[in-house]
Amino acid sequence: MTGLPENPSAKKLGLVIDLDTCVGCQACVVHCKEWNTSSTASPLADTDPYGENPTGAWLNRVHGFEVEDADTNGPGRTVHFPRSCLHCENAACVTVCPTGASYKRAEDGIVLVDEAKCIGCGLCAWACPYGAREMDGVARVMKKCTLCIDRIYNQHLPVDEREPACVRTCPAKARHFGDLGDPNSDVSRLVAEREGVPLMPELGYRPTNRYLPPRRPTTAKATTALEPAPGGFLGWLDRLLAD
Amino acid sequence: MHPAPSIVFFTTASGAGYGLLVFASLGALVGSVPVTTTSGLVLLLPALLLVTAGLCSSTLHLGHPERAWRAFSQWRSSWLSREGVAAVATYVPALVMAWLWISAERLAPIAASATVLLALATIYCTAMIYASLQPIPRWHHPLVPPVYLALGLASGTLVGLALAARLFGIGTPALLLGLILLTAAWALKWRYWQSIDSAAPVAGTAEAIGLPERGPARLVEAPHTERNYILDEMGYRIARKHKQKLRRHAFVAGWAIPAAALLLSLLTGPSLVPAVLSIGAACTLLGTLVERWLFFAEAEHLVMLYYGKGSV
Repeated sequence: MTGLPENPSAKKLGLVIDLDTCVGCQACVVHCKEWNTSSTASPLADTDPYGENPTGAWLNRVHGFEVEDADTNGPGRTVHFPRSCLHCENAACVTVCPTGASYKRAEDGIVLVDEAKCIGCGLCAWACPYGAREMDGVARVMKKCTLCIDRIYNQHLPVDEREPACVRTCPAKARHFGDLGDPNSDVSRLVAEREGVPLMPELGYRPTNRYLPPRRPTTAKATTALEPAPGGFLGWLDRLLAD
Repeated sequence: MHPAPSIVFFTTASGAGYGLLVFASLGALVGSVPVTTTSGLVLLLPALLLVTAGLCSSTLHLGHPERAWRAFSQWRSSWLSREGVAAVATYVPALVMAWLWISAERLAPIAASATVLLALATIYCTAMIYASLQPIPRWHHPLVPPVYLALGLASGTLVGLALAARLFGIGTPALLLGLILLTAAWALKWRYWQSIDSAAPVAGTAEAIGLPERGPARLVEAPHTERNYILDEMGYRIARKHKQKLRRHAFVAGWAIPAAALLLSLLTGPSLVPAVLSIGAACTLLGTLVERWLFFAEAEHLVMLYYGKGSV
């Protein structure tokens, strides 16, 4: 069924991504590709990988933005922005699926694609405002972030490796994985402390993942290159020289 | 959005096919279309052919057409699934009606009524596939379903009048009805174009990255240097001047020429009517095809906010 779970558990597994510490190194992108191309589902294929027009399906993309910070009169900043499935509570990619291939797990909220049922119509990708789904040009089915379901529950992996590949690999510790349905979990506390936000909440998709906004400079002045005017003798000298 | 030729053809052809089914069934029910073997062959066969060609075309863009049967299962939540169910369901009364009509020259009123309702329901489901998609503001628009229904009915009626004119004289009321339907359909489309041109953007880049109060924001580094599925599928752009020109072409071919053909048919003798109406029907199909291509090409997806579009 592509209906959303009628009795979802309180558990909402997801990612918290720190836009303050992400350095845009693309390590999460590469590890995601590596893990998911060699996992139990069909490979995350590329077409013409060594040719003139290489393209391929990736489940995680990091975009670089310039944000003006206009409200603080600051100089603005670069924001590296990792983009992947947000495992929405109100996931339209699930309800639009005509075959039941796209589904949301009741037990932890992870949104998955059953590749054996997918007809590759692409409607779920259209229904996602966040661009989380990409068609596999070789398997001809839709691919998306699985939250590394084959890692997080994998009894064959050491306990500390049972987290998504992107989280495991992040050298800046900008990615966090946990239960956002539990207000006392580490990730929920982090979101509360840093005022984490969902993306475009007004659309009503109710994403599970949260993004932590870049920290503000301690004061607006700290971001300007100008020295504060000195007082005392130096101030007198400064005013004298300025005349 | 990428205007996939299979989908553009599908929605135009099946829309006209269902419109023609409605025209023939309603015409027979009210007694203005005679139920004869010839009229059945001339009206119902092309209708079923258009519908079937459209539906076959729609499977061409699937990655796995051999699994298409699965698409009938999720009608509770998916408009695409509902469309599939409605499309197949329409065949049942339509084929019963066509069989009795052609073989026994008998009208089955229940089958004809069911055909009308299911044909309209199928067009509505097709439109709702697009109208239900919130990330594409130009599709998530209240006028999308009425426009699909009106253009399907108008193009089907024009084809029906052109075909029927070869068999029997078309009366003034039928021609006037065609003119009203056609004009109403394209007036709705005109209203839709005005509305999307003046619509405020739904979101900007700063909203897309969750930092609305920190904006404006601008893409400075793309995540990849080559094309990908997202850009191929949702990054289609059409130049503004081409858009305006194509809208005019669609309007002239879709409305102006067929409307002139209907008016001419009202004034001239019956000998010219079949030829004049055929030209009108061909033009309105062509105009609807251009309109449908534009429906895709003009639509922008919110995901482009992550790829350098300032607002959508």
